[in-house]
Amino acid sequence: MTPVELTNVSRWYGNVVAVNDITMTLGQGVTGLLGPNGAGKTTLLHMMAGFLPPSQGSVTVGGKPSWKNPSVYANLGLVVEREAAHNFLTGQEFVVASAKMQKLPNPAAAARAAIDMVDMNDAAGRTIGTYSKGMRQRIRVAAALVHEPDVLLLDEPFNGMDPRQRMHMMDLLHAMGEAGKTVLFSSHILEEVEQVSGTVQVIVAGRLAASGDFRTIRRLMTARPHVFAISSTDNRRLAVALMREDSVAGLDVGGSELSVRASDYGAFTRALPRIAIAEGVRVRQLRPSDESLESVFSYLVAQ
Amino acid sequence: MTILNPTVASITLRGLFGRKRALLLLPIPVLMIGLTVLANGVANSETQWVDPLIRGLGFAVVVPIVALIIGTSVVGSEIDDGTIVHILTKPLSRTEIILAKLAVAAVASALVSGLTMFVCGLIGVSTQFAVGVGLGAAISSICYSALFVMLSLVTRRPALFGLLYIVVWESLLGNLLSGTRNLSIEQIGLTLAARMADTIMLPTHVKLPTAIVMSCLFVIVPTLIAIQRLRAFTLAGETS
Repeated sequence: MTPVELTNVSRWYGNVVAVNDITMTLGQGVTGLLGPNGAGKTTLLHMMAGFLPPSQGSVTVGGKPSWKNPSVYANLGLVVEREAAHNFLTGQEFVVASAKMQKLPNPAAAARAAIDMVDMNDAAGRTIGTYSKGMRQRIRVAAALVHEPDVLLLDEPFNGMDPRQRMHMMDLLHAMGEAGKTVLFSSHILEEVEQVSGTVQVIVAGRLAASGDFRTIRRLMTARPHVFAISSTDNRRLAVALMREDSVAGLDVGGSELSVRASDYGAFTRALPRIAIAEGVRVRQLRPSDESLESVFSYLVAQ
Repeated sequence: MTILNPTVASITLRGLFGRKRALLLLPIPVLMIGLTVLANGVANSETQWVDPLIRGLGFAVVVPIVALIIGTSVVGSEIDDGTIVHILTKPLSRTEIILAKLAVAAVASALVSGLTMFVCGLIGVSTQFAVGVGLGAAISSICYSALFVMLSLVTRRPALFGLLYIVVWESLLGNLLSGTRNLSIEQIGLTLAARMADTIMLPTHVKLPTAIVMSCLFVIVPTLIAIQRLRAFTLAGETS
C-alpha cells in the first residue's frame, strides 16, 4: 500500500491557484519538499494531512482519502509550522495527552520513549511556556510520533533551530527514514534538504518542478549559468581579459557594472582573482546577481 | 466509542483556567451578589429589586456574559493560537471532541452562573426561589454554551457575534418584537426559572412547553452544526 499518494491534485482559493495539478507518490524514507516561500508547500502538506480538501484530484494516506477521515491519524503524524503547543502543560503532560488521545495501551511508556527520541528528558518536567523555540519544536515532534506512525509530515521543521538542534533533528529524521517510515518535510533551504534526504520534490508556484534523486537535481542546479556583477577600477580592461576564459560564456559592459555570465561557477571564481592581479585591475565588488533561491527555482522550471 | 473524550476535556479544563480571560469570571459573580445584598438592605420589599436585578442584570447580562467568556474560550482560543491541531490530528471522532469541549463549557458556566443566581435568590427571597433561579440560570448557561461553541466554529470572531446575539437579538429586538422571544435563551431561561421558583415576580413571555422544547433545541442544533464544522476544519497556511 502506498503511504501517501497525490493524483492530479489542484487547490485554488478564488482565482488564486495555490497548487496546480500535482501528482506524486511518497514511499518509504525521507523526502524533502523544496520550494521558495509561497510556492504551495504548506497547502500541499495540509491537504496530505486532511486539513484542506483538494479542489480537484485525490489525496490518499495508506490508500484512504485523508479529508474528513480522522482514522488516518492513527498512522500519521503532523508537525505544523506554527509553533503552537499548550503552554500550560509540561512537555511530559503534552506528549502523554497525545498518547492517550491516540488510545495507546501504555501512554506513559510511549511518551517516555518519544521524549527520549527527541532528547528532551531533562526539560520534560517544565511547562512548555518556558521552552525555547527549538525545544518547542522537539516536543511537538515527540507528540507527533508518540504512536509510531508510518507517515510523518513536518512543515519547515528546521525553522528557528540552532545548528546543534538542527543536526539532531536531521539525525532523527534520518533514523526514521532508515526504519522504513515515510517522512516528508518541507523547506525553502537547499542545504537542509541536501543533508537530510535522498529524494526531493521541488515545487515552484504551485507546480511540481522537479522530482527524484537529490544528486540529479543538484547537478541541474549547479550546472546552470551563473551571473555575477563586478565593479572594478577598469571594467573594460577586465572584460577583455575575462573573455579569454573558457568559464566565461558572456559579458556585458554597459552601465556602471560589468556583468559576467559564467558557464562554470567553480572555474570562474578561481580565475577571477588571478586575472585581476595580472591585469592590475582592482575588484571593488563581486556579487552573484541571481543567487536568490527563486531564480534557481525558475531556472529549474524552465528546464 | 466514547461519547466524550476525557483527555480532551481535561486539556480544555486546564486551558480554560490557565488563560488570563478566566480572571474576568471572578468580578462578575462578586458584583452580582454584592448588588443584591445592597438592594436587599435598602429596599422595603424584594418585589422592588427582583425584576431589575435578577432579570435585568442576572438573566440578561451575567448569565450570557459568563457563558460567552467560557464558551468562546474552549474552542475559539484553541483555534486562534493553533493548539486545536494537536487535538485534531488524533483518530478521534469529531463528536467526542465537541462533546468534551461543550461539556466543560456547559458545566463551568452553569456552575458559575447557577451558583451566583442561587446565592442571590437566597439572600432576599426564599430557598425555592433560589433553587428556581439557580436552575433556570444553569439551563440557560448550557444553551448559551452550545451556541457560543458553535459560533467559535462558524466564525473567526465568536466573541463579537456572541455579543451581538446578546445585545441586539435578546435585549433590543426582544423588547421591540415579541416574536423573537421564543428564540431568546434569556426569555426561555426566565420562564423555566419562574415556573420552578413558582413566583410572579419574574415576568415570563414564553409558554412553558415552548420553553422546554426550545431549550432542548438550543442545545442540540448548535452542537450538531459544531460537529459538522469541525469535521471540515481547514488550516490556513501562513506563508501561502
